Amino acid sequence: MALLGFLIRRILTGIVVVWLVSTGAFFLFFARPVDTVARQLAGRAATPQVISEVIRNLGLNQPIMVQYWHFIDGLLHGDLGFSYYSQEPVDTILKQDLPPTISLVVGGLILWLVVGLSVGIISATRARSLFDRFSSVAVLVGLSMPVFVIGELLVLVVFVPLNQHGFHWIQTGYSGPSQGLGTWSGHLILPWITLAAVQAAVYTRLSRGQLLDTLGEDYIRTARAKGLSERRVIFRHGVRAALTPVVSQLGVDVGQLLGGVIVVEEVFGLGGVGEASVQAIDTDNLPVIIGFVIIAAVFVVVANIIVDLVYALLDPRVRIA
Amino acid sequence: MSTADLDPDPDDVLVRVDNLVKYFPVRSAGLIRRTVGQVQAVDDVSLIIPRGKTLGLVGETGSGKSTLARCVAGLIPVTSGRVTFNGRDITNLSRRAMRPVRREIQMIFQDPYSSLNPRRRVGAIIGDPFTIHKTATGAERKRQVQELMERVGLNPEHYNRFPAEFSGGQRQRIGVARALALRPQLIICDEPVSALDVSIQAQVLNLLTDLQRDYSLSYLFIAHDLEVVRHVSDSVAVMYLGRIGESGPEGAVYGSPRHPYTVALLSAAPAADPDAAASRQRIILTGDVPSPIDPPSGCRFHPRCPKAQPLCAEQEPPLEVKAGDVPTHLTACHFPVEAGESLATATAATPAPGRSEVS
Amino acid sequence: MSLTGLEVVADEVASDAPVVEGRSQWQLTWRRLRHDKVAMASLIVIGVIIVLAIAAPLFVAITHHPPNTAYPNTGETAAGNPVPPGTAGFWLGTDGTGRDLFIRILYGARISLFVGFVTTAIGTLAGVAVGLIAGYFGGIVDQVLGRFTDAALAFPYVVLALALAVVLGPSLPVIIGVISFFSWAAIARIVRGQTLSIKEKEYIEAARSLGAGPFRIMFIDILPNLLAPVLVLATLYIPTAVVFEATLSYLGLGIQPPTASWGDILADAQNFYQVAWWYVVFPAVALLITTLAFNLLGDGIRDAMDPRTERVLAARRRRRERR
Repeated sequence: MALLGFLIRRILTGIVVVWLVSTGAFFLFFARPVDTVARQLAGRAATPQVISEVIRNLGLNQPIMVQYWHFIDGLLHGDLGFSYYSQEPVDTILKQDLPPTISLVVGGLILWLVVGLSVGIISATRARSLFDRFSSVAVLVGLSMPVFVIGELLVLVVFVPLNQHGFHWIQTGYSGPSQGLGTWSGHLILPWITLAAVQAAVYTRLSRGQLLDTLGEDYIRTARAKGLSERRVIFRHGVRAALTPVVSQLGVDVGQLLGGVIVVEEVFGLGGVGEASVQAIDTDNLPVIIGFVIIAAVFVVVANIIVDLVYALLDPRVRIA
Repeated sequence: MSTADLDPDPDDVLVRVDNLVKYFPVRSAGLIRRTVGQVQAVDDVSLIIPRGKTLGLVGETGSGKSTLARCVAGLIPVTSGRVTFNGRDITNLSRRAMRPVRREIQMIFQDPYSSLNPRRRVGAIIGDPFTIHKTATGAERKRQVQELMERVGLNPEHYNRFPAEFSGGQRQRIGVARALALRPQLIICDEPVSALDVSIQAQVLNLLTDLQRDYSLSYLFIAHDLEVVRHVSDSVAVMYLGRIGESGPEGAVYGSPRHPYTVALLSAAPAADPDAAASRQRIILTGDVPSPIDPPSGCRFHPRCPKAQPLCAEQEPPLEVKAGDVPTHLTACHFPVEAGESLATATAATPAPGRSEVS
Repeated sequence: MSLTGLEVVADEVASDAPVVEGRSQWQLTWRRLRHDKVAMASLIVIGVIIVLAIAAPLFVAITHHPPNTAYPNTGETAAGNPVPPGTAGFWLGTDGTGRDLFIRILYGARISLFVGFVTTAIGTLAGVAVGLIAGYFGGIVDQVLGRFTDAALAFPYVVLALALAVVLGPSLPVIIGVISFFSWAAIARIVRGQTLSIKEKEYIEAARSLGAGPFRIMFIDILPNLLAPVLVLATLYIPTAVVFEATLSYLGLGIQPPTASWGDILADAQNFYQVAWWYVVFPAVALLITTLAFNLLGDGIRDAMDPRTERVLAARRRRRERR
């Protein structure tokens, strides 16, 4: 029951955050001279005619608070505005672009957590072994590289040679799961690795450190003395305690995850939400960018709520707070 | 009760504490923190520190003696009661108003390893009071600091060394030098020798008594070791769970202790004479010191007292003179220990956990 | 003669020996660092990179290839692709429009190092100030500052960069602003934690009992104890800043072409995977070496300040206290 109250409180806070971010974005973009805004909205090759039409359609001459009201009203109805560049409502564009992004995020997340945690745990249990040293070096290199460099190197070193030798499973671009899981994963395997690589390095280091600290605690020694199998000691007792800081770190990293997503989409041409928003910059496509900002806020909030839930499940003390 | 009754000549009184109370609120966890209890660290304490003399304050951990010291020093705000210094009320003064007072009241701390900033040189540490109160700068400050170092038994040429290069005893001397810098009237010593080896303790204690003589210092000397306190104090107060159990001149309290707690403490102290030790009966108090959040009713010592009677659980005993004692020897007990009485054979008449045993 | 007198004599006797000046923490750290081969190597590498970056105009004079000048004749193949390293005086080959790759990498280094150092400096100053104040004063100040810090940390920097790029147009000041926005938060959080634990030490209480005011305590007593971890943090943050800058430029949100930045060199290199591996590899290697060197140096400094044995002992002490 306390958990439910906890959840409700988090959701309410989340709604407030999304509202704040949307408001911030709105004022950032629209609280400028009308002409500037109109010209941007109308796009690069806008004629004065189009510009006046934009001003009329969007009511840019109205007082800013009235515009804000319309904006919020529209949001609540799921209307994110209209992209003049491609002559489509923004939410249509974003909906189209969502699947690749979701595939990427989910797959990448799973990969990085699995790899990061398992390598971290194994390294901790075999501290100073060859495996540990080797993974430490790998971690250091992973931490030092920007995501897009990893991506580009992977393309250069894996994709290009493979393709040249007739091995076509790995491809750039995106293909939905509905068109065959094999193809889908073939398109996504390199993006997943790229997205996961840097984060896996971070989490390996983190979980290794946490687990080493925990394993040094007295209660672990007691568990061993009781005669529990080593595996049980590590998993039942050690990992659980070590996991909580990792989970809370995850909450912070969700924000950075978005950056990685955008970059990976660019490198591999996945055509997701991230790539769309970067293109929107090139084309000065304001509505798409606003839409993206809001979606990003929702994503971060939802992810944080999930992380908090998991944390509360792991650590009962938190629920009372 | 207030200290007015036992007042010697008011001019001789440096510090007077009246009915000091310090409670720490216990807050619940969470966003809105409600106060769910109070830690009654100091509960209605009154005492006097005469000019040029040493008041020893003894008690176990949790008795509130350190808290009391910090209240007198103005380091923590007081819940109620009054602290008077040189006739002036210094209770809960603002930091600005307290500044000139700080020149007169200084503190020496317990842990020689954490009471000095490891990243600063010793000369700077001792020179801090001069810098803070702007009484000396540059070469003049260095000269005064080196003079202080010499006075406390340190080599002035070590001015530029770091605390890590000194032994525990030497570090305490640094602390003493720092406290002495502005020639204060009162130095509060919070267990200054507890963390030192026994052989070094004597040196530091001797230093303190020498300085007291040379500079007419008053000390509030806090410790849990009775023998140490006896060596330096003119008068002694014994604290238990935030209250004073017994206080008075050192000779009276050590010579004829009236409070059962004092008697038990004294019986546990190692005696120099092995024969006397063998013939003495140790009173072992069982049970732990109760929590200051929920102290026992009436006399706080009653659950562990070998002489407790039903009255003790109901009424808090007042701190007053008992028959046969000098007027400055006060005891807070309904059934004080009489001369020649052995607590070993005492029988308590209240049903309470942790009856004391005798070995 | 009292025991104190004896000790004074003993001291005087001992002091006939040469007076050993106290070694500060920094001197000790430097000595340990000097023996760390990896850290020293990293330091040298960083030095070399800085020198090369500063000397970039010198290399232009030697090769006669300014960074933004295209050489469609000598610098491009018949098909309009980059030429390989070693051809026609291009030491590392050319890029997509026939510009000297080596020179562009050098100029990219300038940008990366500049952004790295400036954002770290800003972030460190702001972060230390915020962390110190939040940690020392606690209470409502800490809560408010803490919320800001958490918000800044969790904020997706790319989204912020996107938004600002649209409103203000992408440029160097914009990315410096975005990266600093994040850096101060990362440092503030750690400084706050350190301040909280230092605040509890007895020597801070001693300073208060002497009458020291809060600012004096913060800057004279707490800050010197913070410098060590802050230095490590700053050194480790520089590569993060460099990576941020490269990523933002890669996305087109930062330095605009034709100015050379490793990020957008690598962005353009994507179009030439199949035909010009050097266009991808050399800038990538440059980036990697730079960030790796700073990371290793930062780790080295951390180890030098806090040698292994001390860390193990400290961990054991912590565990004992927790009991």
